[in-house]
Amino acid sequence: MNPQALIDGLVAGSTIGLGAIGLTLTYSILRFANFTHGDFLAWGAYLTLTVAGVLGGLAAGLGAPVYPFSFGWGLPLAMLGGVCLTIVLALGLDRVLFGRLRARGADTIIIVMASFGASMALRSLLEFIFTAKPVYFTKALQIANPLGFGMRATPDQLLVIGLTLLLVVALHLIVTFSATGRAMRAVAENPSLAGVYGIDVARVVRVTWIIGAGMACIAGVMAGLLVQIRPYMGFDLLLPLFAAAILGGIGSIPGAMIGGLVIGLAEAFAVQIVGAEWRAAVAFVILVLVLMLRPQGIFGRKGA
Amino acid sequence: MELLAYAAFFLTIALTYAIMCLGLNVQWGQTGLFNVGVAGFVGLGAYVSAALTTPDAAERIGGFGLPIAVGWIAAMAAGGVLALAVGLLTLRMRSDYLAITTFGIAVALQLVFQNAEVLTGGAFGMAFIPRPFAGLQGQSFAFNMVNLALTAAVVAGVYLLLEHLLRSPWGRALRAVREDEIAAQALGKNPVLLRIQAFALGGAIMALAGAVQAHFIGFIAPGNYLPMMTFQVWAMLIVGGSGNNRGAVLGAVLVWAIWALSGAAISEIFPAAQQARAASLQIVIIGVMLCIILLWRPQGILPEVRSVSRHLGIRNKDS
Repeated sequence: MNPQALIDGLVAGSTIGLGAIGLTLTYSILRFANFTHGDFLAWGAYLTLTVAGVLGGLAAGLGAPVYPFSFGWGLPLAMLGGVCLTIVLALGLDRVLFGRLRARGADTIIIVMASFGASMALRSLLEFIFTAKPVYFTKALQIANPLGFGMRATPDQLLVIGLTLLLVVALHLIVTFSATGRAMRAVAENPSLAGVYGIDVARVVRVTWIIGAGMACIAGVMAGLLVQIRPYMGFDLLLPLFAAAILGGIGSIPGAMIGGLVIGLAEAFAVQIVGAEWRAAVAFVILVLVLMLRPQGIFGRKGA
Repeated sequence: MELLAYAAFFLTIALTYAIMCLGLNVQWGQTGLFNVGVAGFVGLGAYVSAALTTPDAAERIGGFGLPIAVGWIAAMAAGGVLALAVGLLTLRMRSDYLAITTFGIAVALQLVFQNAEVLTGGAFGMAFIPRPFAGLQGQSFAFNMVNLALTAAVVAGVYLLLEHLLRSPWGRALRAVREDEIAAQALGKNPVLLRIQAFALGGAIMALAGAVQAHFIGFIAPGNYLPMMTFQVWAMLIVGGSGNNRGAVLGAVLVWAIWALSGAAISEIFPAAQQARAASLQIVIIGVMLCIILLWRPQGILPEVRSVSRHLGIRNKDS
């Protein structure tokens, strides 16, 4: 077996894990499986691309690659803009759709269905605006440097893994130790009791969307940088995202990350063993195994 | 004559969707189970029936040349068994685990359709699926008419069966579980068992719809069973009125008409180069429509009829 699968898996797993964080948070705090989350990744990538285009028009120097990476300062700047816009998108969707259904006391499953409809509409809107043709952040080619043990990685890939690690640790510390984090856990536990206790539930909901959409945008940009940007990129990641969130245990940020890495690695090894055409089935197999053997996930509690 | 033949063709396709809608109505409308893998069940039925009934083909396994009716029954059995397995796996847990798992089923089956070439013919799909009344194929009007009659008969059969079940003690227990699980449990009903039964029945009906559609068109390919189809069937049921079998049929015909007309309008208005792009607008419209109905009229056009029991004097009245 080719040890390169280890690097490929870690890189893909970083994207999945980062994307699954938002999913696991909305799942535990807003209490519904959000099918639009995959499309937040795709929208994040396209919004960042758009901002990058505008920035490139303003200052051409931003596009020049910064050694050793394949992109210039324009991309991180554009990503900041993309993150903000994706957050606006998520909050807007909550305002017009999910929030209204929640306020009406609609069943969880109605909200899930609405998210399913919204996901179709969002994805097709991307296809309408940008067409189905894949686009790229950069056309620069990168040489993969040897890391030893027969593994190679490009600087971009190493940056993605490092940035993901940094973000997850930071998020985990914030959610564990800050007052906002405690409020989030309280709402996840029991929203009405948390409200009675004086926690601003609406604010917690906002923070949840902000973290989720922000992480989704970053994950989308990473996937776009390392692979390509397509309207269906988020939809194709949706099953791995769900599998990662459930494998890690709903509501757990480190769980989502570890779940993502497990799925990424399993996919990479499956590609070597059974072939690339079955890659998308790996997440499903893992999902079924988790549901059969440990439905609460790695870090989840029983009875959830 | 030409126009009538086309109308019959259109209506036949719409009615195959009506069968899917009826199947989904058992799962969602009567029981409250959210199936995001409708396309997977439909595709499974189509492929199972096609594998059994097509003439022998050199490049793949299957092709037993069995009668169409055998294919239909086998499709129902396959859909029922798959739904049963999914139900056993997920129906003990939170309701949205079912949604995620069925979503995964559809993705996994789509991969099987694409990649298991010896069984499914891969990306090229399967051709030469026997069509009912194939002897009439020369006269398109008569052929479309008898097929319309056959499909309508299947819809009517499924409809009558479901209406009967709905009013039976089993149907009442099902709705009791949907409305108040704990109360139903207190009366000695087993909610998990009832849900699994309803899910399996719905899955079997969807697979039947897939088989009927495959035999009418005569050709299947993996591209027919994309998540798009799941989404259409959902839109049909929600628009028509979930919980109401007549609403399910009405919604299927209505949404299919909107779909076909908007498709025709797009090919008229947009130049050929832009058509693929404009077609994505169709999906946006249906998605937004689904959300709006969920927000403003969640009961759909024909709301569910409250039926308690024929033994109580107030049958079929809104209580």
